[in-house]
Amino acid sequence: MALKQTPSQTVGPFFAYGLTPEQYGYTEMSSIASGTMVSDDTEGTLIRVEGRVLDAEDTVVPDAMIEIWQADAQGRYAHPADSRSSNAGFAGFGRTGTGTNPENRFIFETVKPGPIGDGQAPHLNVIVFMRGMPLHAFTRIYFSDETSANDADPVLRSVPEERRQTLIGARQDGPGRAVYVFDVHLRGEQETVFLDA
Amino acid sequence: MTEAAYTPRDWQTQPAYLTPEYKSTVLRSPSKPLIPLPQSLSEITGPVFGHETLNPLDNDLTKNGAKNGGEPLGERIIVTGRVLDENERPQPNTLIEIWQCNAAGRYMHAADQHDAPLDPNFFGGGRCVTDENGVYKFTTVKPAAYPWGNHANAWRPAHIHFSLFGPSFVTRLVTQSYFPGDPLLELDPIYNATPDGARELLIKKFSLDATEEGFALGYEFDFVLRGLKATLMES
Ligand SMILES: [Fe+3]
Repeated sequence: MALKQTPSQTVGPFFAYGLTPEQYGYTEMSSIASGTMVSDDTEGTLIRVEGRVLDAEDTVVPDAMIEIWQADAQGRYAHPADSRSSNAGFAGFGRTGTGTNPENRFIFETVKPGPIGDGQAPHLNVIVFMRGMPLHAFTRIYFSDETSANDADPVLRSVPEERRQTLIGARQDGPGRAVYVFDVHLRGEQETVFLDA
Repeated sequence: MTEAAYTPRDWQTQPAYLTPEYKSTVLRSPSKPLIPLPQSLSEITGPVFGHETLNPLDNDLTKNGAKNGGEPLGERIIVTGRVLDENERPQPNTLIEIWQCNAAGRYMHAADQHDAPLDPNFFGGGRCVTDENGVYKFTTVKPAAYPWGNHANAWRPAHIHFSLFGPSFVTRLVTQSYFPGDPLLELDPIYNATPDGARELLIKKFSLDATEEGFALGYEFDFVLRGLKATLMES
């Protein structure tokens, strides 16, 4: 390689007005993405994904930012590398900070992704950023109601069995739509599996 | 699952999660080894942003927060450069988002408690999309140092925060870039979280070429994202 990768640095405590302005009430600039990833014409099963980020002492982190990248309901990504490409109504990208919800939850309103067709179970690709994290962390959210697909998923199978549960969003049936609860544990006994993507 | 398309993160240039001198990493850093993730369609795709994402003043921070024809205080600067991959290939259509404090060292952010004045004509957020040659350009004012609570008499060196996407999920980059000759750099635990020998990659270069006569000093800064593996480039 001729050039060296630019080093990552922490997103710091003050990302909100630059990266999530509308969510935090800054009116000077629009947001490029939010926790609401669906519009009226998005096809698929509407779901909510929510959770908290907890540190090594189980203190809830109020200044984290979560990004989600996902396939549409038919398992297609809205990107040129996926020749099937997604329907126009669904970009598949969400971003939200944990600083505006009273319990410091991140909340995504989206559709349940379909299987992408290579043997992997349906999943959301997740990036976690925050003050105190010099390098962002990759993880995934799988779905607790996809038991047989999860059992066959090559990524889940590569994770020690006792830690697999940290990658699975727990389904709770809420009014109108399923809610999947996924807490991110940064460090400690319940530590979430982070991936070297 | 396919053979890895993008080169791995280079641990000679990327910081470790746990950097005890930067105190908030102690409770917020993963302690277990990362699990290797083979690259599939999920990793080699990523969100696509085009020029339609932007407003005309988004890359001019001296104008996008100005009120009633006012202008922000401070030293005007231009920050420009290219987004490349490791193979020196320009990365077009890459969204770059920035945020920074004003010329007094104060962020617009509601949680910034530093007792320095806000500037009514400066917002501090902006963005642009790289052109077909991977080139970006921002006009802004030079940010100042500001104190933080990490240790006694701790001051962050002046910096601009940058967020880039690149062509895929794995090329995502959030970083900060600094200014040459800043005496605070060697004292800063965040800058020093970057491995020895790679830190200098975070410092902009002063550039008379990028300077606009009578208007603003120019700085150049190139970003290098993870690149496609050589075998895949040929096919
Ligand atoms: Fe900062």
